[in-house]
Amino acid sequence: MKVLVAIKRVVDYNVKIRAKADRRGVELANVRMSINPFDEIAVEEGVRLREAGLAREVIVVSCGTPACQEILRTGLATGADRALLVKTDLPLEPLGVAKLLHAVCIRESVGLVLLGKQAIDDDANQTGQMLAGLLGWAQGTFASSLNLSGGRAWVGREVDGGLETVELVLPAVVTADLRLNEPRFATLPNILKANHKPMATTSPEELGVDLRPRLTTLQVVEPPKRPGCTLVGDARQMATALKLAMGRGMPS
Amino acid sequence: MSAYVAPLRDMKFVMTELAGLDQLVSLPGCEEVSADLVDAILEEAGKLASGVLAPLNASGDKEGARWEQGEVKTAAGWSEAYRQYVEGGWSSLACEPEYGGQGLPKLVATAVMEMWKAANMAFSLCPMLTNGAIEALTLKGTDEQKAIYLPRMVSGEWTGTMNLTEPQAGSDLAAVRTRAEPQADGSYKIFGQKIFITYGEHDLTANIIHLVLARLPDAPEGVKGISLFVVPKFLVNADGSLGARNDVHCVSIEHKLGIHASPTAVLAFGDRGGAIGHLVGEANRGLEYMFIMMNEARFAVGMEGIALSERAYQQALAYAKDRVQGTELGVRGGPKVAIIHHPDVRRMLMSMKSQTEAMRALAYVVAGANDVAHRHPDPAQRAAKQAFVDLMIPVVKGWSTENATEIASTGIQIHGGMGYIEETGAAQHFRDARITSIYEGTTAIQANDLIGRKMAREQGLTMKAVIGLMRAVAAETGDLPNVEGPVIAAALGHGIDALERAAGYLVTTYGVDIKSAHVGSVPMLKLLGIVAGGWQMARSAVAAQRHLTDGDGDTAFYRAKLVTARFYADHILPQAAALAHTVVHGAPGALGLAEDQF
Repeated sequence: MKVLVAIKRVVDYNVKIRAKADRRGVELANVRMSINPFDEIAVEEGVRLREAGLAREVIVVSCGTPACQEILRTGLATGADRALLVKTDLPLEPLGVAKLLHAVCIRESVGLVLLGKQAIDDDANQTGQMLAGLLGWAQGTFASSLNLSGGRAWVGREVDGGLETVELVLPAVVTADLRLNEPRFATLPNILKANHKPMATTSPEELGVDLRPRLTTLQVVEPPKRPGCTLVGDARQMATALKLAMGRGMPS
Repeated sequence: MSAYVAPLRDMKFVMTELAGLDQLVSLPGCEEVSADLVDAILEEAGKLASGVLAPLNASGDKEGARWEQGEVKTAAGWSEAYRQYVEGGWSSLACEPEYGGQGLPKLVATAVMEMWKAANMAFSLCPMLTNGAIEALTLKGTDEQKAIYLPRMVSGEWTGTMNLTEPQAGSDLAAVRTRAEPQADGSYKIFGQKIFITYGEHDLTANIIHLVLARLPDAPEGVKGISLFVVPKFLVNADGSLGARNDVHCVSIEHKLGIHASPTAVLAFGDRGGAIGHLVGEANRGLEYMFIMMNEARFAVGMEGIALSERAYQQALAYAKDRVQGTELGVRGGPKVAIIHHPDVRRMLMSMKSQTEAMRALAYVVAGANDVAHRHPDPAQRAAKQAFVDLMIPVVKGWSTENATEIASTGIQIHGGMGYIEETGAAQHFRDARITSIYEGTTAIQANDLIGRKMAREQGLTMKAVIGLMRAVAAETGDLPNVEGPVIAAALGHGIDALERAAGYLVTTYGVDIKSAHVGSVPMLKLLGIVAGGWQMARSAVAAQRHLTDGDGDTAFYRAKLVTARFYADHILPQAAALAHTVVHGAPGALGLAEDQF
């Protein structure tokens, strides 16, 4: 079985996000970028499946500018077998990406797609679900465990009431949650080997996908600054202050 | 305690703009070393440094290594961290591919080494000493010795040590007394005691390979009578399996000011009938072999100075941004501010930052030159770069480590009283840094090497060539279209004048009044360090301005580089003139008293 892992290049999780002055988006100039952490977990899961003999090949795919090759190399260094870049300069929306991945899945005839449950930049949490819809495949979202056997997958999910397991018939789409695994550190020999692994490039045109944006961003603004705290003298004053604040409907 | 984040941005800037990373690709054996590959390597090394090694730095310091009945237990987490380090393949980074190494250039290895040392210096010493032993065996071992030891040392399965010092033989290795008695089977029995053996005993690996300096029975007195032996903790059978425990035992470990988690062993050889060893290379040439490796080891210790300066800076910076004390100067009734708003805290932070960047720049440039010196097809190119490397190694070692103690001390100062409290973590960097200007040759030993072998012996030839390069950079900097350029150029120019003055004096004085020359040796070393650092900061300013003019990228970083270079020019470079004065005029004051007047 081939496993496809879709990964996204996002602003590094350590970076403090700033909105652009013109409110048209987030400041990306000279900002450190890296692989979306949930996608990193998806890559690790794919590689583990291959190491366990449950997958034959792990393909990492990313959509975007040539800069995405960096994170594809990271995926290859983690253990993926080959990489595919869907090259485009257009802004990417979940539906567009789902369509691109849909076309890739058909072309590569994969048996399982792994993705992060969401990307930490837009937090849309839609691509995996849309992809499953387009493919007409089963989906297991927010996976915190994954077991494969006999053409089926069991996906453990952390839900409000506790743990839930869903059973899927393969092929399927599974999106990774934080506790699915702990990604390994890439080893030095694997980083060097990654340089020799195949990296192919395709385009939305080649895949027959129209990426024209369907969403309009009205504005991007930073959350209001938290007001400073006030020191009060004693419990009585605190009670009064609290009453006042609640009366004004201030957030706690 | 503090986090460590590898300064990847500055590392890459220095590697690309100053140290010639782009040109490395054209060297034999470096064809694959692309900027992308180096990025990937640095990223992953940074993850291991921040995620695995750095969190153990403070706990390792507090717990230390423990000696129990001849065995040494490393601090909690050490074994697991070492396992991850080895599984990641990092031990093999710069080793020969023939023995399982990755054969990457020294420039790349240097940046990675800086990360290990900054994240956890006590940990980093284990791989560092192993590398020294690997190098010795690679250069001088027999084919059999190489086959037995190298693959497993390169992989990190076994570690290595260097056994030089004895109680009466510290800086003066001619006084080594450990004996080696030839046996009928061609092996030797080693008897004696070695001290200060870093990771001489530990619980990280199944075997430890000791390289030991000892005297043969018929050896001449002094430095020409010392041979090098390989003495494994466990003998190795013909099939590669471990055999009998050898007669080398850890008698105790030292209680030290810093690097507590690095066990510093006293090793007894031959207390129970003789430790079995084999000669490495030819008899009586052990010290000569040590000197071949000395350059590498001294460079590595210089990197410790740079790494600890970076770590101390990161810690002080975080505190300065967080600690609120007082109001902003010139703002009446204003709010309380973080101490980074206070001018003197700024000055201290900038002095830490600018010197650390200057030291990093010089060291990486030396590392890049070292790659050319080892790999370039043209012998003339190799020789020229080697001369530059030889001149600068004592500076990278002596200057960076002397600065590190001062920089780590400034880091404590920024913390105020909290810096003196161990829990803060600032004090550990200071304590850890203090050894770096002592071991692998004290600063005085480095300075002797500099003014004697590296300057006087060749009449200051390489120094003159370097001064020529410096003058060209000063001229280029003066023409920069920004306010910083002329300031940097002027300060660098005065620094070079001072350097020329002092070097000229030393080269002429060395042969006629060697004692007076030596009074100026350490000031000369610092002077060369300060001006060479200024040279590299000026080159940084030129490169930064080029990117600003081209408008390609990180404006904030390049502007910061210019301001940092300017700070260095106004705060650090002026010390050059004072040091030159001391070099030229300092001898009578230092040597004037009779011993009983002290």
